[in-house]
Amino acid sequence: MIEGWFIYAAILGMGLVTYASRLAGYMLLNGKTVSGRMKTALEAVPPAILTAVIAPTVFLQGPAEMIAGALTLVSAILKLPLLVTIGVGVASVALLRTVL
Amino acid sequence: MNREQFLAGLKDIAPMMIAYAPIAALWGTIAAGTGLSPFQAWLMSAFVYSGAAQFVSMDLIKSGTPLALLIFAITTVSLRHVLMSASISRHTTSIRRPKAMLLLFWLTDEAWALMERRALHSPITTSYFAGVAIPLWCVWMTFCAIGAVVGSAMGDTSRYGLDFAFAAMFTAVLAGFWKGSRTALVLAASAGVAVLAKLYIPGAWYIILGGLAGMLVAVVGATDGND
Repeated sequence: MIEGWFIYAAILGMGLVTYASRLAGYMLLNGKTVSGRMKTALEAVPPAILTAVIAPTVFLQGPAEMIAGALTLVSAILKLPLLVTIGVGVASVALLRTVL
Repeated sequence: MNREQFLAGLKDIAPMMIAYAPIAALWGTIAAGTGLSPFQAWLMSAFVYSGAAQFVSMDLIKSGTPLALLIFAITTVSLRHVLMSASISRHTTSIRRPKAMLLLFWLTDEAWALMERRALHSPITTSYFAGVAIPLWCVWMTFCAIGAVVGSAMGDTSRYGLDFAFAAMFTAVLAGFWKGSRTALVLAASAGVAVLAKLYIPGAWYIILGGLAGMLVAVVGATDGND
């Protein structure tokens, strides 16, 4: 059995480092105008991080996730509504996991 | 508070609220299995509010990791937020600093992705930020607590494909950032490095390493092209 103080200390510590990381980028850049390489790097953050987060989920789990990922991408390129695109991903992965 | 903007945020996050209820409940059952009381499970999901951090921490606590090492591991899991908050700060200039600092408590991957998507056509306001961020928090902590109370009645959630909702939403948002062949190089670098890091480096370094690889390729590409 884990002791209570450990859990509360873990909650406090984990909460603080998580909030600090959520604040850090904003505190560093808020009110500053960035240009040149810094601007290019920042503009690449959304596509780069979005890709890095999902790449292992899509490419490392198996064929069901890869095919579902491709179908989701097609829905996104066709500019289907967000809810529909998410539905395509969830439904196709559920189906493919049963079939494959 | 602008009602219309809040509702726009709520509408964007609604699919995630549905998909995350069972995932939160699953975490709650794992937390109960690890030895957390329902109150402690609720408190952790309310105060830490990060699925990645919470799932990883249960693994580590169960295996008897010392506190300092646990906090360090969670820091590496959370590093991606530094880049997310830096990027979103470009679009929140209309929000006053203290208010933005409060709202950033709720900066999840999901809220961030949807805000980047919205920022492609309009600035981020307090109301939109609140709408996209706070309702998911309410669902998350409620279902984490329910899961901890109900215990292991959930079964295998991967059967319903709900664990894929997150990847699908990110893919949908990602498509909005396509700007031609230069983007392809950024995506290839991020995906390649993330996959390799996931395979060969223990822990959650793959997000930050993949992200930095994509940023580096973008900078090098821009320098080569002289623009």
